[in-house]
Amino acid sequence: MSTITQAVQPSQGHPALPSVVLRSWKAAIALSIFAVAALFIFIGLRQGAPGAVSTFQLSQSRDIIQLPDLVLPTFATTLVCAILLVAMAAWSVWITARSARVPLWLIVAFAVVFMVGFLTWAAAGSTIPVPGLFVGTVTLSVPLIFGALGGVISERAGVVNVAIEGQLLAGAFSSAVVASITGNPYLGLVAAAIAGVLVSFVLAAFSIKYLVDQVIVGVVLNVLVIGLTSFFFSQLLSPNAALLNTPDRFPRINIPLLSEIPILGPALFRQTFIVYFMYVAVAVVYFGLFHTKWGLRLRSVGEHPKAADTVGINVNGTRFWNVSLAGAIVGFGGAFFTLGSVGAFNKEMTAGLGFIALAAVIFGQWDPLKATLAALLFGFASNLQNVLSIIGSPVPSEFMLMLPYVVTIFAVAGLVGRSRPPAADGKPYIK
Amino acid sequence: MKLELRGITKTFGALVANDHIDLTVEAGEIHALLGENGAGKSTLMNVLYGLYQADGGEILLDGVVQKFAGPGDAMNAGIGMVHQHFMLIPVFTVAENVMLGHEETNFAGRLNLGAARKKVREISDRFGFDIDPDALIEDLPVGVQQRVEIIKALSREARVLVFDEPTAVLTPQETDELMAIMRQLKEAGTSIVFITHKLREVREVADRITVIRRGKVVGEASPTATNTELASLMVGRAVELTVHKGEPKLGGEALVVRDLAVIDARHQLVVNHVSFEVKAGEVLVIAGVQGNGQTELIEALMGLQPRVTGAIELNGVSLHGLSVRKILDAGVGFVPEDRTEDGLVAAFTVAENLMLDRSTGAPFVKAGTLQRGYLADFAREKVTEFDIRTQGIDSLAGQLSGGNQQKVVLARELSRDLKLLVATQPTRGLDVGSIEFVHKRIIATRDAGIPVIVVSTELDEVVGLADRIAVMYRGGIVGIVPGTTPRSVLGLMMTGEPAPGAEVAA
Repeated sequence: MSTITQAVQPSQGHPALPSVVLRSWKAAIALSIFAVAALFIFIGLRQGAPGAVSTFQLSQSRDIIQLPDLVLPTFATTLVCAILLVAMAAWSVWITARSARVPLWLIVAFAVVFMVGFLTWAAAGSTIPVPGLFVGTVTLSVPLIFGALGGVISERAGVVNVAIEGQLLAGAFSSAVVASITGNPYLGLVAAAIAGVLVSFVLAAFSIKYLVDQVIVGVVLNVLVIGLTSFFFSQLLSPNAALLNTPDRFPRINIPLLSEIPILGPALFRQTFIVYFMYVAVAVVYFGLFHTKWGLRLRSVGEHPKAADTVGINVNGTRFWNVSLAGAIVGFGGAFFTLGSVGAFNKEMTAGLGFIALAAVIFGQWDPLKATLAALLFGFASNLQNVLSIIGSPVPSEFMLMLPYVVTIFAVAGLVGRSRPPAADGKPYIK
Repeated sequence: MKLELRGITKTFGALVANDHIDLTVEAGEIHALLGENGAGKSTLMNVLYGLYQADGGEILLDGVVQKFAGPGDAMNAGIGMVHQHFMLIPVFTVAENVMLGHEETNFAGRLNLGAARKKVREISDRFGFDIDPDALIEDLPVGVQQRVEIIKALSREARVLVFDEPTAVLTPQETDELMAIMRQLKEAGTSIVFITHKLREVREVADRITVIRRGKVVGEASPTATNTELASLMVGRAVELTVHKGEPKLGGEALVVRDLAVIDARHQLVVNHVSFEVKAGEVLVIAGVQGNGQTELIEALMGLQPRVTGAIELNGVSLHGLSVRKILDAGVGFVPEDRTEDGLVAAFTVAENLMLDRSTGAPFVKAGTLQRGYLADFAREKVTEFDIRTQGIDSLAGQLSGGNQQKVVLARELSRDLKLLVATQPTRGLDVGSIEFVHKRIIATRDAGIPVIVVSTELDEVVGLADRIAVMYRGGIVGIVPGTTPRSVLGLMMTGEPAPGAEVAA
């Protein structure tokens, strides 16, 4: 797949070795396959009667600024998209043949055109509510983003956090119970954080103090939390649902002006307290990780714990408290299930999203902002499936259900490239 | 600052690493701590630096007893350390590394990188280092990284500075520069503890020398003592420092390497189109500072690198692109760089390790079954022949000392019918006695008419073993010179300067 094409002469006095451009056909081949697939789907599996149109609804009825619906002729639009895709794929082949790297923007543009074409094709003769697509994306991404933030913090400190799923579930459970009893969702949020921290304590104690393999502890914790919450759900919550499992949900808060931004406003600024709290959390974690003493020390124990030790940093203490902090953040995400969206706890209601959050951590290269974007991508894939099944898309629903996971696998396996985890991630520090 | 260690004792289980060690370092003195690998020098310094807690004894600074619960306390008391394996975080910048652990912050806890940059520049200017505070550590050459370590220690007002084997990774020229820096520090009143096992350096820079053997102070020496005196003090018996070898009986060209290039996973040309040949009955030493492509070159010869171009021929047969198994079957013996990682399976017995690369057929395996009896006889014979000090052939390889482990590896490789021996860093971390043994076996192999390639970073070993020397620098061969080439020329070649009149290779 790779051939050597040229050797660059070393520049004088610079320590780096001459580097060699390896021609990588990976991107070009992937784009070509998708382009061919697009041709086949858009033209071969042509949808709708001749002259059918696809409608994109750009505003909701309660919006102040009303944008007209976008009505596209289905076949003509998909045809244009397919031609564009083929052209971009051909261009990427040409770029690779000249031993240059396929630029990222080309891949992104390819993905956008493919998505536009696909939506137009799928919506032949019906209407896609674009603001709704984005609202759902954000909603479905919230637990993923909290989970990914917790994962980033924990792994940057050098502890692999497979227990995100368990922390989400513990957060969901305890927030439901506490919010129901007290009648106060804010107390439920606090309870969720505490539950996440408790799961973290176990993870931290076993992996840092007793040096048990971190992945194994994480997996075991997930199973443990599923078992515990399911048990309490069926024994306590179900019989006493009125007392223990009817939490007040957070009310939706519309931010003036911002919520009226066309298309994106409803998605971002007509949300609940937890979502706004999440925006703050993403910003604070990013700033903290890269611009504060806390972040510098946190990253140092995850990269080279011995070096941190030799400058007087308590490695295992730093790891312990940051894994705990990570648990609290993931716990907030768990509260979103019960206090933000569903309104009651249910058995295994996190449904493996913790693992998708873990994938977002890796896809996001252990960076809070990139991990957030990755989580949004996964959220979009999930919601696309919802929307398309509602409008009655021609794609079998089983395929659509697979979509988020297919995106996850492709994202983590194929597109990550050379992302580098923290050097001491998963390795216990023994003096 | 005057540093005194009184009766420091440190044990790890049954092993006594430090046994009542006394050491006094006066203010403004360079005090060398000399000892073999495993003598307990680094343990002692880790006790001083608060990384280990001593089981007995006390540490005094200017006559005041100190209690160090961790490195933070030691640093606050004015002790700094330049570690053998640099304690720098590769993905951080110089300034971030220097500030780590005592960060200054601005509003909202924001790191004050400006102050750290200023400090780096200030110290760097004082010693003429010329270091960019915003450079990432991983982009800097090791010599510069070491200077960052020094800056790190000085930024905390260290007045006692410990250098733990600082010259292991340096070129001879960089070593000279380091010596100058140490003298400069000394003039500024800093006390320096210089840990090393290299005699020449000690005599050059030290004011006083304390020798440690097996965890005990065995004597003091003055820098005017001869190498032989120091070595026998260090080892505890008279040692042969030079390798005895006769004139080589050269045969024809056995191994021919042409235009060999290796590209690593980071797409860097780590071996840059090298060509050389080795004659039968000759030792070719590949010299150079660690990390200049020697490892990758050897791995390419052994079929361990995925992206290799060029030609490798052994007695006219191409080895390029063959599997490791086929290369071993072609008669290539390989002593890897890291014996615990690549040379042995620590959890296997000595006997099993002796047949590790011969598990494919007779005489050790017949009809898919291990021939235990044959293996036992074979192992007992090799244990005697190579003087492997082990409780028995069923002892685990991991329990042997470094020297004996290396003997197991050598015994395994040399007991095959070799057409070529490749030994990388064959004496790294070994005691002087084992070094003598390994050197003798290598020369004996050469005298049996087998071509030998040795990779070494130790100039003493290079000069001692070589019939010819190929010096590598940044992936290329700077030149191939006779074994009698003076050290100063080799030192220059290690920094990339071609030797005058050297045979130019590709």
